Amino acid sequence: MVQYLTSRLDVAFAALSDATRRGVLEQLGSGDASITALADKFHMTLTGMKKHVGVLEQAGLVTTQKVGRVRTCKLGLSRLAEETAWIEEYRRLWAARFDALDQVVEELKQRETSDGRRQTE
Amino acid sequence: MDVGRQSDPAIAKARTTVERTSERELVVTRTVDGPARIVFEAWTRPDLFQRWWTPKSFGLTLISYEADVRTGGGYRLVMGHPAAEQPMAFFGRYIEVTPHSRLVWTNDEGGEDGAVTTVTFEERDGATRVVVHELYPSKEVLDDAMASGSTSGWGEQFEQLDDLIIILDAKV
Repeated sequence: MVQYLTSRLDVAFAALSDATRRGVLEQLGSGDASITALADKFHMTLTGMKKHVGVLEQAGLVTTQKVGRVRTCKLGLSRLAEETAWIEEYRRLWAARFDALDQVVEELKQRETSDGRRQTE
Repeated sequence: MDVGRQSDPAIAKARTTVERTSERELVVTRTVDGPARIVFEAWTRPDLFQRWWTPKSFGLTLISYEADVRTGGGYRLVMGHPAAEQPMAFFGRYIEVTPHSRLVWTNDEGGEDGAVTTVTFEERDGATRVVVHELYPSKEVLDDAMASGSTSGWGEQFEQLDDLIIILDAKV
């Protein structure tokens, strides 16, 4: 699972390392758009934009749907990416919880040790 | 994570894992440095439990907590988080409380969709492996919880994505 998550994050980071792709995400944040419209907006060829969208799609950041001859792009995590993000967030919560629990346990252990010492004295 | 790191006890000890082990199950594990007796005490004494269950480092604040930790007893916990407009209430009852080894409780705030949580404590060489097992009533309920972030209530993935983009933009 951890390995899987790391590779998912690598893919997402790689996808976000490009200024055009970040621009595309920002653009899709204000509404869905076709690949043609995106290519126009970013002054790119259709093929070039298709490639960028493909990378974003693979990273689970964008989903696309073809209706007739138009492929519409939409901001959104794929089901899998959503689940991965959720699990990581949940893991962070539990890690924070256990870190705090460690402190409580440490305190109880110390108290026991000093109580034990007092009893034997 | 690679095998080499897993074999390092210091790292293994501090590692928290979460895994969806089946369509209906989530499992959280962590090893705590202390005997099961003490770890169990920290889970079942309300005054101790409330010191760690809603970690400040995660932005959580405890609003109230009452619990009658024994088989058949109930609990109710209310906490706040900046991302949630309303305080979040969690409640249910204990199905099993077996000293130093096992706790089972229901999560009734979700109605019939609530999971059943089982926590086991296994002591080994002075440390305790804690396994938190959550069983959801159906695949759909767990899928939906993950898709909406409703179980934790603070899974705002797009906010995080925005932050990430801001950080990356600042670097370029």
